[in-house]
Amino acid sequence: MRESTGLGALIVLVGLLVVGMVAFIHPFGYPSPTAMDDYIIDNAQRETGSNSVVASVVFDYRGLDTLGEATILFTAVTGVLLLLRTTKRKKDSP
Amino acid sequence: MLTKIVRTVANQLILFILIFGLYVIAHGHLTPGGGFQGGAIVVSGIVMLLVAFNSKELKKSIRERVLSVMESTGALVFAALAFAGLGTVFFYNFLVGSPIFGDIPPTGPNPGNLWTGGYIPIMNYAVGLKVIAGLSAVVLALALFASGEEMEE
Repeated sequence: MRESTGLGALIVLVGLLVVGMVAFIHPFGYPSPTAMDDYIIDNAQRETGSNSVVASVVFDYRGLDTLGEATILFTAVTGVLLLLRTTKRKKDSP
Repeated sequence: MLTKIVRTVANQLILFILIFGLYVIAHGHLTPGGGFQGGAIVVSGIVMLLVAFNSKELKKSIRERVLSVMESTGALVFAALAFAGLGTVFFYNFLVGSPIFGDIPPTGPNPGNLWTGGYIPIMNYAVGLKVIAGLSAVVLALALFASGEEMEE
């Protein structure tokens, strides 16, 4: 009985928190600092020659983050192959 | 292995899925998409083959060594292009204005030219190769592990 009361209190608290966050959320579509957005939108095609501004941000302006993403993928593949690969083992090897 | 209907449809469909995935990779600097997304499309086609046929059949045509070389090539090309512009700054797009992928489109909406983007298309190819090889290696390893088969070296 006491456990369910605590759970209810927790749910109510989380609900109030979510409602409060939604009430004070930043208005959608109105970023407060726009200097970098404007710069990228105005200059991406001229500077990178790429029509897709998203591609120019991903591979050029923020290329270091993409390098990290690729590293994460590489690490994940390495881990899966290391753990799950079942190769034939010779009888005499330990 | 599933029924003959599923296998036949998968056989016909894999070609179109591969073409669409390669299209998304190749047009990454013009349209939404890119290396990661196109690679995921291609790997979803490989997963379809894995479902239609079993992993033992697919193991005959995909070798782990080839996938490993593909993934390493993609990663090396990506990192090499990143380091090649180090004279100015890390990840400097040094190919803009050069004869290779060097055309500069007019600012604003335009029909799109495949020969633009500097090193972005090449990086898209590299990342696509990397994602195709990496994810299909993961999927194949999981399927072979589940079925108790052994992976071909």
